[in-house]
Amino acid sequence: MSKFDLFLQQIFNGLVLGSIYALVALGYTMVYGILQLINFAHGEVVMVGALVSLWVSLKLIASGVPGPLVFVLGLTAAVPACMLLGFLIERIAYRPLRRAPRLAPLITAIGVSIVLQALAMMLWGKQYKSVPQLIPAIPLHVGGATISTLQLFIIAVSCVLMAGLLVLINKTPLGRAMRATAQDPTVAGLMGVDINRVISITFIIGSALAAVAGVLVSQNYGIAHYYMGFLLGLKAFTAAVLGGIGNLTGAMLGGVLLGLIESLGAGYIGDLSGGFFGSHYKDVFAFLVLILVLVLRPSGLLGERVGGRA
Amino acid sequence: MSALLEVQGLRVAYGGINAVKGIDLHVAAGELIALIGANGAGKTSALKAIAGVLAPAAGRIIYGGQDVTRQPSFRLVQQGLALVPEGRGIFPQLTVEENLQMGAYCRPNDASVHSDLEHVYGLFQRLFERRSQKAGTLSGGEQQMLAIGRALMSRPRLLLLDEPSMGLAPMMVQKIFETVVQVARDGVTTLLVEQNALLALQVSQRAYVLEGGVITLQGQASDLLKDSKVRQAYLGE
Repeated sequence: MSKFDLFLQQIFNGLVLGSIYALVALGYTMVYGILQLINFAHGEVVMVGALVSLWVSLKLIASGVPGPLVFVLGLTAAVPACMLLGFLIERIAYRPLRRAPRLAPLITAIGVSIVLQALAMMLWGKQYKSVPQLIPAIPLHVGGATISTLQLFIIAVSCVLMAGLLVLINKTPLGRAMRATAQDPTVAGLMGVDINRVISITFIIGSALAAVAGVLVSQNYGIAHYYMGFLLGLKAFTAAVLGGIGNLTGAMLGGVLLGLIESLGAGYIGDLSGGFFGSHYKDVFAFLVLILVLVLRPSGLLGERVGGRA
Repeated sequence: MSALLEVQGLRVAYGGINAVKGIDLHVAAGELIALIGANGAGKTSALKAIAGVLAPAAGRIIYGGQDVTRQPSFRLVQQGLALVPEGRGIFPQLTVEENLQMGAYCRPNDASVHSDLEHVYGLFQRLFERRSQKAGTLSGGEQQMLAIGRALMSRPRLLLLDEPSMGLAPMMVQKIFETVVQVARDGVTTLLVEQNALLALQVSQRAYVLEGGVITLQGQASDLLKDSKVRQAYLGE
């Protein structure tokens, strides 16, 4: 593989990874935009999405249903399950603390995250589970690099969902109410907006995207386990901060950028360090980015100054 | 005529302070009523309690014949009670037109919303010119126009206005007050809270004077304008 092909290959991998990060980052950023709360349990919703869809898929495959249909049915089970989960997380862990100091919901968020991991471990076991490939991964050659039909599918699904979300937020009365609530909840209430309903809807939409991300990421790597949401959640949170937390376009941009940084970083760290560090250090990059953003530009690439609110 | 709004023994505590210490007032359908008083007299707290933004500590609020005490603001808007908050409360990142559309949030999105939009643009030509601008880029006076226009988009039966003249240049204050009078003449019952007592008394029919959380004077606006205590305390004589 030539140097350019290698570069192109890392770009492809980065785009796939980045579109998944972006989907998850949107959930963090939407909730932060309205409640100024980091929903640290969001990564666990991704995990639940992956495992629910896997559970349904395994049952269906056993009865001989074809792959792509299994994928659709798995998704059809995972998305509503995660929407309900997101709704319940807000009602149980965050709403009672709406007027509490900001640290309190942050602590319950971590609590919810631990509870969900434990529940998933009890339900589905501790071991890594292999995920059957449901979307065909036919390799397509672009120069010397390869991108599979599965990877293209992941990018396409993410793009469609993100475009849909932008239309919903920017063009519909519900989206307008969500933006108004994010800017001034009291005045939004004076317009007749039921703030609690808008907050629930925000969690539900974010969780639906998380469910899709969970299904896609488990298809991409072919594995799922109860702990998969932790690191993915942290990275997606980093992506949201990188783009400017609270900003939707920022979360998308941050996700794709982080995917590219991680992929290129993992690809070249060996050469750059003279073989001292290997590609298994790839997880370092996300947190390097997080630290750099927090030090150099805490408001993120597209964010406004949030210092006063944070 | 029966009262559209009746407030009985309203007490409001705000940040540990008793801001409103038991007031009674009423507004009949079609009236333009002023509630005047110095800064910190409890005017805004009273208005917020009526609009459902603050929960009252005691008392009853009867609107349209129904007890609406402690109803959240979003329910009251659906029943035609609109508050233009102190400091205007526009949504800075939404465009002017989106702000106006937010005003019609609780109405079905039909042709009447569009014609009301035209009506507001007719009242405030400036808003029409700036309809696709972010509302945060408007001047203070334009933001006040927007806040009033937005409240009108809900087709209110009762309009509560909190200090519409605050921080505005005299020319702009005049324009805003002309519109308030116009809106009231079009049949919208209005409760106007103002520090600018002279203007408020000139446009209103009746008025209440609030001092230290209690109503100390009330009556016909024309009588209060002549009252020596009012002239001394609020009209700078």
